[in-house]
Amino acid sequence: MSTTTLDPTLPGDLEAAEPRQKIAWKTPIIMTILGLISLVAFALTTGGDIASQVTIATGTPGLESFTVSLPSQATIAGLSAVQIILAAFVFWRSGSRRHVGWWPPFVFGICFVLAFLLWAVAGKGQALQFTSLLSGALFLSVPLVFGALAGCVCEHVGVVNVAIEGQLLAGAFLAAVVGALTGSPWIGLICAPIAGACVGALLALFAVRYWVDHIIVGVVLNVLVTGVTSYLFSTVLSEHTEIFSKPAQLPVWEIPLLCDIPVLGPVLFEQNVVVYIMYIAVILLQILLFKSRWGLRMRACGEHPKAADTVGIKVNLTRIRNTILGGAIAGLGGAYFTVAAGLAFGKDMSAGRGYIALAAMILGGWSPKGALLAALLFGFADNLQNALGVVGVAIPSQFMLMAPYLVTIFAVAGFVGRVRAPAAEGTAYKGS
Amino acid sequence: MKLELRGVTKKFGDFVANDAIDLVIEPGQIHALLGENGAGKSTLMNVLFGLYEADAGEILIDDVPVQFDGPRQAMEAGIGMVHQHFMLIPVFTVAENVVMGNEPIKMLDLIDTNQARRTVTEISDRFGFDVDPDALIEDLPVGVQQRVEIIKALSRQASILILDEPTAVLTPQETDELMEIMRQLKKAGTSIVFITHKLREVKEVADTITVIRRGKVVGTASPKASQNELAQLMVGHSVALTVEKKPPELKGPALDVHHLCLLDPDGRPLLDDVSLTVERGEILAVAGVQGNGQTELAETLVGLRRPTAGSIKLDNHELAGLSVHDVLAAGVGFVAEDRSTDGMIADFTVAENLVLDQIDEAPFSKAGALDLAAIAEHARHQIEEFDVRTQSADVPISTLSGGNQQKVVLARELSRELRLLIASQPTRGVDVGSIEFIHQRIVAERDVGTPVIIVSTELDEVLALADKIAVMYRGRVVDVVPPTTSRGVLGLMMAGASYEDALKEEAAAAKKTAAKKAVQKGDDHE
Repeated sequence: MSTTTLDPTLPGDLEAAEPRQKIAWKTPIIMTILGLISLVAFALTTGGDIASQVTIATGTPGLESFTVSLPSQATIAGLSAVQIILAAFVFWRSGSRRHVGWWPPFVFGICFVLAFLLWAVAGKGQALQFTSLLSGALFLSVPLVFGALAGCVCEHVGVVNVAIEGQLLAGAFLAAVVGALTGSPWIGLICAPIAGACVGALLALFAVRYWVDHIIVGVVLNVLVTGVTSYLFSTVLSEHTEIFSKPAQLPVWEIPLLCDIPVLGPVLFEQNVVVYIMYIAVILLQILLFKSRWGLRMRACGEHPKAADTVGIKVNLTRIRNTILGGAIAGLGGAYFTVAAGLAFGKDMSAGRGYIALAAMILGGWSPKGALLAALLFGFADNLQNALGVVGVAIPSQFMLMAPYLVTIFAVAGFVGRVRAPAAEGTAYKGS
Repeated sequence: MKLELRGVTKKFGDFVANDAIDLVIEPGQIHALLGENGAGKSTLMNVLFGLYEADAGEILIDDVPVQFDGPRQAMEAGIGMVHQHFMLIPVFTVAENVVMGNEPIKMLDLIDTNQARRTVTEISDRFGFDVDPDALIEDLPVGVQQRVEIIKALSRQASILILDEPTAVLTPQETDELMEIMRQLKKAGTSIVFITHKLREVKEVADTITVIRRGKVVGTASPKASQNELAQLMVGHSVALTVEKKPPELKGPALDVHHLCLLDPDGRPLLDDVSLTVERGEILAVAGVQGNGQTELAETLVGLRRPTAGSIKLDNHELAGLSVHDVLAAGVGFVAEDRSTDGMIADFTVAENLVLDQIDEAPFSKAGALDLAAIAEHARHQIEEFDVRTQSADVPISTLSGGNQQKVVLARELSRELRLLIASQPTRGVDVGSIEFIHQRIVAERDVGTPVIIVSTELDEVLALADKIAVMYRGRVVDVVPPTTSRGVLGLMMAGASYEDALKEEAAAAKKTAAKKAVQKGDDHE
């Protein structure tokens, strides 16, 4: 690789003669195609006299919820027009080599999804439950957020954590079992991160101490946790259903004032404690990772362990500690499957979300903030099938089940551009 | 602060990297540690810095024995080290890199960035470094990165600074600036251990010179000793630093590289409109600081990379776009830059490595099976001809020294009829005795009439071999100049100046130093 250096003594003509960078046409082309799909497949196939009904629950006393009836074709066509204008705008920005910014694709995405939803519910007797679409999305995102945060912590310290899946599952299991045995969801909740941390400790042991390939250890740990929990489920748990089928549940807390915000208030601030921990965790990690001594040192271990070593940072100890911490975070997320939702433990109930969480972390550019947004996106895609299933859409349910995974693949493959993984992730540090 | 090493010994298995080394570094001195690559200089300093544990011997600071379990203790004792490969994190800012491990905290665990910035600017201003504390390391030129390393060491109150091969990555101008910095540091009371194998630099800046060969101290010298004396100490026998070669006999054009361009996946140019010609019987040396497109040029010529635009014509036969196999079949011999990963297969025997590229054709394979007898016979012959020092042809090539490995690689490439020889860093990590031999073989190949391209970051090698020199900077060929061009001019060109500008600047600089010397003489008389 040639080094791109900035040298003030450089004669001007050299700089000017460099071939110019290629224009990235990918984004505007994708946007145009989607915009046209929205226009042709959604707007034009809908009859002119059909309406789409959307119910919005505000949660405000006096106006609990209301239903609006929108003229389907006109609204979808309008949304499509916005999309095409945005696509044209991005074409122009890219063509003149200007920075596009994050908002045009973001607004575009919202318009496209809205157009799709309105098309899906057009002419149906049932209204689209908009608020429950959002709250369901949040519900499905919470474990993903915790998983992605766990991934962030581990990857920044240089350990690839594929065992998020196992950590979620272990957390869900122990929280449910302890919660049911003690009758206290709180004790269950405390046990969840301990279970996750144990899986994290195993990962650290093999990956950091014995230099085994991180991905292999991670996958093996997932299989191990699935096996152990399934075995205990079908033996101990199934035989004592009188204890274990009556799960403990965490109470829902309303945050005063905040929960009075229309629409979003009840969605975001009438939740159990796990969700509030998630909010705090995202904010704390976002600050600490990039501004604190802890964050600086651990990122140093993930970027250039030798450099960290030469300034006296104990690389492997830092890695072990933070891998265990990451495991604990994922384990806590696992509690959301059981004690937070008041559900009993079910075989393999994490159902691959640990892997999706890993994808959310990558899509979020290895930052807690990005991980949160990406997890919300996946949660939303996951929830679409529920919402549309209720309305009775003509799309086969199998396709809808595929939606979150399709979104994952396209999102990770298509939009991960400039962000870079920590340079030394997945490598063993054997120095000194 | 006085630093003393007594009988320091470090072994890696059976290999003794440092054998009972004694060394005294007096306060406020620049102490050069001179030795070839692999002589054990870096190992010694890693022992001193607490990165390796010595098997025997002791370290004394101001005559008190000390024990370092890790770099942190070495730093606390006042030893700072600038490693050959910088210990900087590319995605961190200058300030973050400087305070790392030693962070000022404002509250809770949050880093006091203002304090960190002040630490950088304070030291940077004191020595006139001109370093922006908020710049990302990856955006900085190597010379500035090195200053960040020095700031990092000084911010930890280092009173002894170890510089491990600091000039390997610098242009001659940056090297001169570094020497000036070293003198300034010395004036401020910092002792410096300057590790290098470059004689010229040692003579220019050192107060004391200790020469290390094969893990042992073989002598000390004063900087007034001649280059030849120093070289003798370093390698154990007198060496000619230049290759004996006749003027080239040009036998007509062979290689014509025309407007060659190569972009990296992000669209940045690696090769920018490179045009070169090489005639039969001529050596073209490609010079430049590492990372300015020389590696990419060699890899593109041999087909490892597909050019974005342009043509490569060898004897009017287009090579651009051909696979490596086809390029080699067209008569191109290639000595790869990184011998251990690209030039050989470490676990294969010497005999196997000698036929790697010819293994699918007669006489080494018949009817799809290897002819082991032919391979063995070939190996015996080549080992003798190229003076490869090996126990036998059937030991893995990884057991050989760097120089002998390189002889094997060269022997393989030269064993075919060549229409073009490309050798990237042909003597990197090779002992001086083998360098001489390798250079002679390359010149011999030229004299047979093969066009040769040498890519080298060592100016000595370029000047020793070249019949003409192409200087590269940021993927462009700045100019192609005659082999008589001075080091100063080449250095300026390696920083991007055109040949004409470099000539002018060099002339102006010469005038200035002459004037300065005159003034200094005047001072001495007072």
